Amino acid sequence: MTTVTQEAGAPFGAAPPSGDAAIVTRGLTKRFKGGQVAVDALDLTVPRGSVFGFLGPNGSGKTTTIRMLLGLVAPTEGEYSVLGLPLGRALPKVGAVVEGPAFYPYLSGAANLMRFDAADPTARRATAARRIADALERVGLSAAAGKRYRNYSLGMRQRLAIAAALLGPRELLVLDEPTNGLDPQGTREVRALVKEIAADGTTVFVSSHLLAEVEQMCTHAAIMRTGRLVAEGTIASLNGGVVTRIRVETPDPAGAARVLTGLGLADVRAEGREVTAELGGHAPERINAALVGEDVAVRGLAVVRPSLEDVFVGLTGEGFDVDG
Amino acid sequence: MSTGDGATPGTATLGRRTPGLVPVTETMRTSERRAPEPPPAAAPEPPEPAARAMGAFWRLLGSELGLTFRRPRNLVMLAVLAMVPVVVGVALRAFGSGDDDMSGIVQDVAGNSLMLTFVSFSFLVLLLMPVAVSVVAGDSIAGEAGGGTLRYLLAAPAGRTRLLAVKYLNAAVYAYAVTAVVALSALVTGLILFPAGDVTLLSGTTISLGDGLLRIAVAVAYVGAGMAALAAVAVALSTFTEVPIGAIAGTMVLVIVCQVLRAIPELAVITPYLLPTWFTNFDAVLRAPIDMGALGEGLLAFGAYIVLFGSIAWARFSGKDITS
Repeated sequence: MTTVTQEAGAPFGAAPPSGDAAIVTRGLTKRFKGGQVAVDALDLTVPRGSVFGFLGPNGSGKTTTIRMLLGLVAPTEGEYSVLGLPLGRALPKVGAVVEGPAFYPYLSGAANLMRFDAADPTARRATAARRIADALERVGLSAAAGKRYRNYSLGMRQRLAIAAALLGPRELLVLDEPTNGLDPQGTREVRALVKEIAADGTTVFVSSHLLAEVEQMCTHAAIMRTGRLVAEGTIASLNGGVVTRIRVETPDPAGAARVLTGLGLADVRAEGREVTAELGGHAPERINAALVGEDVAVRGLAVVRPSLEDVFVGLTGEGFDVDG
Repeated sequence: MSTGDGATPGTATLGRRTPGLVPVTETMRTSERRAPEPPPAAAPEPPEPAARAMGAFWRLLGSELGLTFRRPRNLVMLAVLAMVPVVVGVALRAFGSGDDDMSGIVQDVAGNSLMLTFVSFSFLVLLLMPVAVSVVAGDSIAGEAGGGTLRYLLAAPAGRTRLLAVKYLNAAVYAYAVTAVVALSALVTGLILFPAGDVTLLSGTTISLGDGLLRIAVAVAYVGAGMAALAAVAVALSTFTEVPIGAIAGTMVLVIVCQVLRAIPELAVITPYLLPTWFTNFDAVLRAPIDMGALGEGLLAFGAYIVLFGSIAWARFSGKDITS
């Protein structure tokens, strides 16, 4: 097996069945001909069985990294491994959606899948029709199987791309912005599909610029910014970097602040009719009882858990969608 | 920079030595300047039987041929080419009969049905047939790149050398199809419009109808080889662009420039190096006996062009970053 040992935080959710990782990169660098560095010394470890969110603003090097992992772009420096195998043997076990769907417009959905199945030297012709029907069924395109790709809506095209990634038994699924162009309904369906696939033990590596989406779907995440990795770990460990706060809405902010300080909460801040403080180990219901006991009217009480967005802002001091 | 083709032997050996990791610098050394080789899928894979790999290769070639010969554009080109011998035959029949100063060609055709095939070839071989062949061959890689399907084929993984071999064989088959369609159409038209029977050759010798048909078959084999050599040029250009029309137009410009150069007497020394010079050598079959020397020289030139441009295509395509 591979000599690369698994790093990163303790796995969360599905535990990796073996000690090796689905994807490992060491010092992976891509410098394009113009001198522009798209990916800069990337060290990434994607544990087997994880749903790994690969985050970053547009232009941060996510797609270039994925293209390198799939052998489409040659790295300038560094090394990488996919499923611990030489790339030619790993790729048949990898399903991929790279930078949106691309199919032959004059072929039907099913004929398109047959075409890509024919390109895989390990796929068997005898089982192709069955596997194509299953993949179309899985993404809800069975009814449109015979329709030309030209006439597919954007959402159907995206689903067909996911169906192509599910044509064979996969150990790793690489999805680059899989919910791009989908309506809210379609986005939910893709999320459900990803969870279902992950439940079968398949590792899912999903890139996105939507933090909320990754937070809902993933067990692990890495954050890229201008070609560099700025954070990597389980969602829980990433969120751990930013503290949970309690927020009290009240007409008496001064009183509330006094009570919170009295309870020993740190970093008490009053802004207008809102008072916030670090929750620490305190139980929110006890805080509420204390406020009411001190005759502070409470209009609203909320525990504000940090989102990945806060993590990102904390790490880079910038809004997520700000392009470098 | 050819880490892209993970299936090359260099990468795989490496994979065995350092399990999982693919050091980039070494892959570059071992596989960058390797000569074109047969589909590598079978080479390093331990248990995969060679028969299985061959089966997968034929399946991909079948898929490619299916796309080519179902695509309306390609069929229209074949239909147009099939029309030309009909038009020529009808014109010769209509204007040739009763005219006292018939030229040599008209006399030949009017005298025997088989001659229409050779007349049609000499009309078509320098421009229209090359157009049809360069459309299909020039589109081969560039069309997939432009449509984005190339990244999915390579991620399938089709394998770069394997895909290039399939693309070239497909173009060569189309080149032969073009040649055969012209010959067949001319033969049928000739047999309908003109008397069948013994054929009088350029040298004045008379041969039987059966022998004449045999000579047509030899001419088809020769002209097809010439078109297949042109296809190698177009496929090579196709690996340099993502715009198919660029590769198609580039090939046509080369063909036309060659014709111009051949027309300049001062440049007679270079004409043996120009591909179209050899296209018209098919008339060697009209000598008695067949001028094997002329055919052999032509085939040698075609072979040289296929090897040269095949190598250029392979060198370019195996190391290319696929960013479309």
